[in-house]
Parts: sequence; C-alpha cells; structure tokens
Amino acid sequence: MTTAEARVDPTHRRGWWEWLGNFFTSDIGMKWLMALTGIGLLVYVLAHMLGNLKVFISAEEIDLYGEALRELGGHLFPRTSILWILRIGLIATFAVHIWAAAVLTKRNVDARGKVRYHAKRHWAAANYASRTMLWTGIIVALFVLYHLADLTWGFANPDFERGEVYANLVASFQRLPVAILYIVAQLALAFHIYHGAWSMFQSLGIAGSRYNDWRRAFAIAFAALIFVGNCSIVFGVMFRVIA
Amino acid sequence: MDLTLRVWRQAGPKAAGDFKTYHVEDVSRDASFLEMLDQVNEALNAQGEEPIAFDHDCREGICGMCGVMINGTPHGPQRGTATCQLHMRKFSDGDMITVEPWRAAAFPVLRDLVVDRSPFDRIIESGGYITAPTGSAPDANLIPVPKDAVDSAFDAAACIGCGACVAACPNSAANLFTAAKIAHLNLLPQGQAERWNRTVAMVETMEEWFGSCTNHGECETACPQEISIDFIAWMNADYVRAQFKNPSKTGRDNL
Ligand code: FES
Repeated sequence: MTTAEARVDPTHRRGWWEWLGNFFTSDIGMKWLMALTGIGLLVYVLAHMLGNLKVFISAEEIDLYGEALRELGGHLFPRTSILWILRIGLIATFAVHIWAAAVLTKRNVDARGKVRYHAKRHWAAANYASRTMLWTGIIVALFVLYHLADLTWGFANPDFERGEVYANLVASFQRLPVAILYIVAQLALAFHIYHGAWSMFQSLGIAGSRYNDWRRAFAIAFAALIFVGNCSIVFGVMFRVIA
Repeated sequence: MDLTLRVWRQAGPKAAGDFKTYHVEDVSRDASFLEMLDQVNEALNAQGEEPIAFDHDCREGICGMCGVMINGTPHGPQRGTATCQLHMRKFSDGDMITVEPWRAAAFPVLRDLVVDRSPFDRIIESGGYITAPTGSAPDANLIPVPKDAVDSAFDAAACIGCGACVAACPNSAANLFTAAKIAHLNLLPQGQAERWNRTVAMVETMEEWFGSCTNHGECETACPQEISIDFIAWMNADYVRAQFKNPSKTGRDNL
C-alpha cells in the first residue's frame, strides 16, 4: 500500500529516471515492452522470410543476398560492421522479450495461488495459441539456437560450407528429420504470432470498434504469411524444386 | 429434477478443504442457483450439519456479492448472468455439478464458497472516487458530455465487483475490474481532475495483489455485465499517458 501512495504523492516531482523505473517494472509497462519488442521481432521475421525467398530465384541470387548483408554500408563502414549492429539489436530485442516474459510469468504463477480449480476449466475465449504462448515461445527460442548452429555457425550441419547459403540450405533440408523439425518450429511460430500479433494491440492500448475487426485479421494474415513463406522453402527442397 | 452436487467445503481460512457430495432431489427448474443451494442447506440444517456458506445479498444481479465457479465456469453456463440470476433450467435432470469458490492468491477462502475480496476495496480506495473540490454541484445537464463517452462510461460502470474476472483469468489478473473502475471515471468530465493520479494509483495497487494480463479474454466472457476487454486496452494507454504526465508536473496536484 505504501508504495502506491508514495508513488502518487502530488508534492513529489518525479524525475525521468524514476519514471523509467516505475513504468518498465510495472506489469503494464512490461507488457508494453513485450509488445514493442514483439513488433521488432515481427519485422525481423518478415524481412528474414522475404530475403530467403530469393532461393526460388537462383542459387546465385541468395548467395549474393548473404554477401550483401555482410557488405551493408558499402565502403563507408568496415565489412560486417552494420550487420553486427543489426545483430546486436536483434539479440537485445530477443533478450528483453524473453526477460519480460519470464518476470511476468513468475508474477502470474504467484498470483494464482496454490489451490487450483478441480473441475476442468471451461475455456470460453482463451484459445490454444493464447494458452501455449510460453511453450511455443520456448520452442521458437530453442529452434533459433538450432537454426544458427545449422546455417550460421554450421556445426550442426555436416556439409556446411561458409558463405555457400544455397548449398547449405539444400544440404540441410534434404535430411528428413531436419525438414520436419523446421516445419514443427514454423508451426509453433505461427501459433505464437497468431496470439502475439493480436495481443500486442491490447497491450499498447489500441482497441475499440475502429480497430477490433482488423486486429484479428492482421494476426491471422501475418501468422499464415510467415508459415507459408518459410515452409515453402523447406518443401521446395524436399520436392526438389530447389536443388 | 434431481442433481448431484460436488461442493468445496472448508471450515475456515486455515483449514484444509475438500469436496463433499450431496444429492438434491426435486429441484424446481424455476429456482435460481442460490435457491437450490438454500434447499441443500435446509436439508443440512434438518440433519444437524453445517450449512454450505456462500456469499449473496441482493439476489437480483446488482450487488456483486454472489459468485461461484460452476463446472469450471465462473457464474455458471449462462453468459452475462450472475450466480443469483442463473436458473436451474440451464441444467438437466441427473446432472453432476461441481461448485468451487473463486481461486486466486489475492482471494483467500474464508469458508466453503466464501472468499475474501477485500483487495478490490484496496484498489477502489486508492483512486476509485472523485474528491476534487468543485464548489456547489452544477445541474447535471449543464455539463456537456458526448453521447459516446456517456455510453462507454456507463458500460464500464456496470461492473458489480463480483470478482468473476479474476476467477476466470488463468493469471488471476484483476485488469478488467480495475480498467472498468478507472474508465467509468476517466471517461467523464468530472473524472478529469484526478485522472492521471487515479490511473497510476489504481494500477499500482492492483499489481500488488493480482497477476498480469495476457489477453486471453476469459474475463470478458465470465463477466455478468459483459464488460469489454477494450477497457483494459484503454487502461494500458491511460497508464502510459499518466506516467508521462506525472514527471512533468511541477509539484502541483490535479493539473
Ligand atoms: S446476490 Fe447480488 S449480484 Fe448476486
């Protein structure tokens, strides 16, 4: 109680540092962080998919695309420097998203108390995606690590050749267990986006009759686009469209 | 009709509780759920057993005292209806009904189906009122209020504070309750003076007791007044705005 009273003491002028601390440690503030980082990750996932669809153009095109990423900034900046700045930003975004999720999950578990309902809960609004956010999130996070080991660092891919984007990808997806793993991970990602891309509007306060109709449509479309786009590459290799 | 009830019985806040099974015969289809419990209690009284404790007051869906978990649904199977307004015709002969108290760390069980909902009072105490000194009250119709604002504020003010939103929430969050209480004041001109302080104080008091919102939407379907989760989104927006306003204030309240 004392904390809430102290925080709204009208004679106390709050500095911005206090504001930052108060806001971003509150549940609502952390949900803002999750939504904002979520938007960042959605943009990344979309860009990643669009870039990789170049495999359908030609092997040369995707290899050049990889090279172009390393060459970002042209001759103005050292090679891979811009790419590294982007990577660090991406890692930080992931870190904040996961950290906020962990803190909020802990608070929610505590708030639930020890005794749960005995009767099976009859879910009227919560859907499969919203109730499995934690698990789909963990699957996606583990998958990202595997994906890096497979196609960036290469140690999970016996035929890995540095810089040979196209050949590496084909070598990987031709192994059936790897292809299945990628598809399962994409399914988890689609579920995560289905709830996340809707939920972020709530967290950011974008609601009302003007928005509610297209919020759900946006989330479905985004999840479907990412799922179809990414899986098309895996299927492309499996069915030798890409070889 | 005849029913089998599985009811949570707990002698006191510290006691260990458990389910007890009761057979009820000849329940009228026109009885309310609470009247059905009354019937069970009369039988228990006649046998010299402790009656089942449950909260209730108005029995017409406006006070918010009643509320139990019925077969895993807060307030039972009929949408937009408090337990006292739920009729037994929603059940069929021979049904087995599990009746449990609301479950949340902030709502400890006092006895049987009665829980302590005083954290809701703490939230209201921290800002759910208007205290700005305004002189003598002007005629109500002298303050122009847009129709949309009135309607929304009225929707929010329909909250009876029963706690079904917390009971329904997988995170035991009270966001729908708090958002409704904030919105019905923040939407109206009379509520503007204390708007930002109210929002911060009520949200932060809420967070001391309850979990956080993960946007399942269960609360909205459990709410006997069918209050929309749009209010939660508006609270999220107002909370951020309030945080921007407060640091820029120069030690003056209510501006
Ligand atoms: S007893 Fe008053 S709302 Fe049910």
